[in-house]
Amino acid sequence: MRITFVASEVGNGMRRNLTMTLAVIITVAVSLGLFGASLLVRAQVSTMKDFWYDKVEVSIFLCGKGSDTPSCSGGPVTVAQRDQIKADLESLKPIVESIYYESQAEAYDRFKEQFKNSPIVDNVSAGALPESFRVKLSDPTKYDVVASAFAGRPGIEQVNDQRQILDKFFRLLGGLQLIALLIAIAMLIVTVLLIVNTMRVAAFSRRRETSIMRLVGASNFYIQLPFLLEAAFAAGAGALLAIGSLVLMKAVVVDGVLAPSFQFTAFVGWDAVLTIAPLMLITGVLLAGLAAFFTLRKYLRV
Amino acid sequence: MILFDRVTKLYASQQRPALDELSLEIEKGEFVFLVGPSGSGKSTFLRLILREELPTRGSVWVAGKDLGKLSNWKIPTLRRQIGTVFQDFRLLPNKTVAENVAFALEVIGKPKSHIKKVVPEVLEVVGLEGKEQRRPDELSGGEQQRVAIARAFVNRPMLLIADEPTGNLDPATSVGIMKLLDRINRLGTTVVMSTHDSAIVDQMRRRVIELEGGLLVRDQSRGVYGYAR
Repeated sequence: MRITFVASEVGNGMRRNLTMTLAVIITVAVSLGLFGASLLVRAQVSTMKDFWYDKVEVSIFLCGKGSDTPSCSGGPVTVAQRDQIKADLESLKPIVESIYYESQAEAYDRFKEQFKNSPIVDNVSAGALPESFRVKLSDPTKYDVVASAFAGRPGIEQVNDQRQILDKFFRLLGGLQLIALLIAIAMLIVTVLLIVNTMRVAAFSRRRETSIMRLVGASNFYIQLPFLLEAAFAAGAGALLAIGSLVLMKAVVVDGVLAPSFQFTAFVGWDAVLTIAPLMLITGVLLAGLAAFFTLRKYLRV
Repeated sequence: MILFDRVTKLYASQQRPALDELSLEIEKGEFVFLVGPSGSGKSTFLRLILREELPTRGSVWVAGKDLGKLSNWKIPTLRRQIGTVFQDFRLLPNKTVAENVAFALEVIGKPKSHIKKVVPEVLEVVGLEGKEQRRPDELSGGEQQRVAIARAFVNRPMLLIADEPTGNLDPATSVGIMKLLDRINRLGTTVVMSTHDSAIVDQMRRRVIELEGGLLVRDQSRGVYGYAR
């Protein structure tokens, strides 16, 4: 094995095929970057789910003076009804993790706090906000159990699951992630095709050399190695660019812009980047290897 | 050295076989001319020896090996024992004479020290000393063919296949090339040469194998190009 000879062959080949090599590097970078970004969004969604599902509650709003749902036709909730609801909630443990009663006065205080900069506070009186039970579930997906047991019961105006509101948001993010992933897959296919074509052109432009190599008895490995190395080098360079842009995305967009402006939620950590980066590198090398394998078998046979 | 045992070669696109039940043997150290009109099967014959093709029926033996049973990864080993020269030289235009010869050794992984030693030696054998740093386009046709022969011979092959090596050369230059091939043959290498050059065949008086339509029509030791004796 003559390393310097193989290296100079690779160098010559890439110089001769410079524009194609650049095209491969850029396509690999863009497609893998998109692939990595979509994985990062998925990691972000799961981080946010963990963060928010921990905090979501089911709110059971009790009938107040102004309630007009059918279950409130009996007027504001009575003390007996309220105690019964509380007792029934207690009986649902361990699905129900904790129960917190919020009185009208507390609801009003919280409302004032939440909208302290808004003129809306002046239009709302303490009596207008319903009293409620805030129920935290051990498993947020078991919302149906609570809803079916309490919705429509006399004295209860509404059973409200915060998770449903979050789910809409997560579905939106999930959809975006899916679109990004689909585009990434399309791009990855384009990348494979481009690598195949690049290697075809390379094989064609070096057909004199390879035909002589075959004649004098160079092994397949020796004939194909320069092509494989070229593909691996281009794919590796593209993957490194993509990983660099992922790191930049995390450092600038997530840590620099999003995290300071949206402090109420959690963002992906560097551990996600650390798991995604090797995945991108492996995908890139695998794609190049796959493309190279098929091309070389077809165009560089003994 | 070479044994063809009832070899038939059919190409998918042709009805008539390129070689038809051909049987013959070439001994070690022989110098053999392969003659016959275009399309008579000469190229197929040579391609079968190089294991660029497999026979449709029958078997080809080279250097004691049945090529039909040779596994793919052993083909390079076979070809390292065979030197090949073509009508169109097949040199690399962007490499010098010495680099062209060295290329054949580099790609089979020979060490640099070995290459440094044998390349000047073989260039001397073919009479190109002093022209090591020229490029192919700075050489005459005869000199280019000498480079190709040097490249084919640098590994000291047991067998040299020459496919119309003088086809692009004028008669005087051809004589020089034939002298060189004769010298290589005397060094112990079996030479199989296809040619249309009757003057050369008549002059050399070596074994002549004539093919026509894929059939062996003549196998004559110390023969001439045509039927005239």
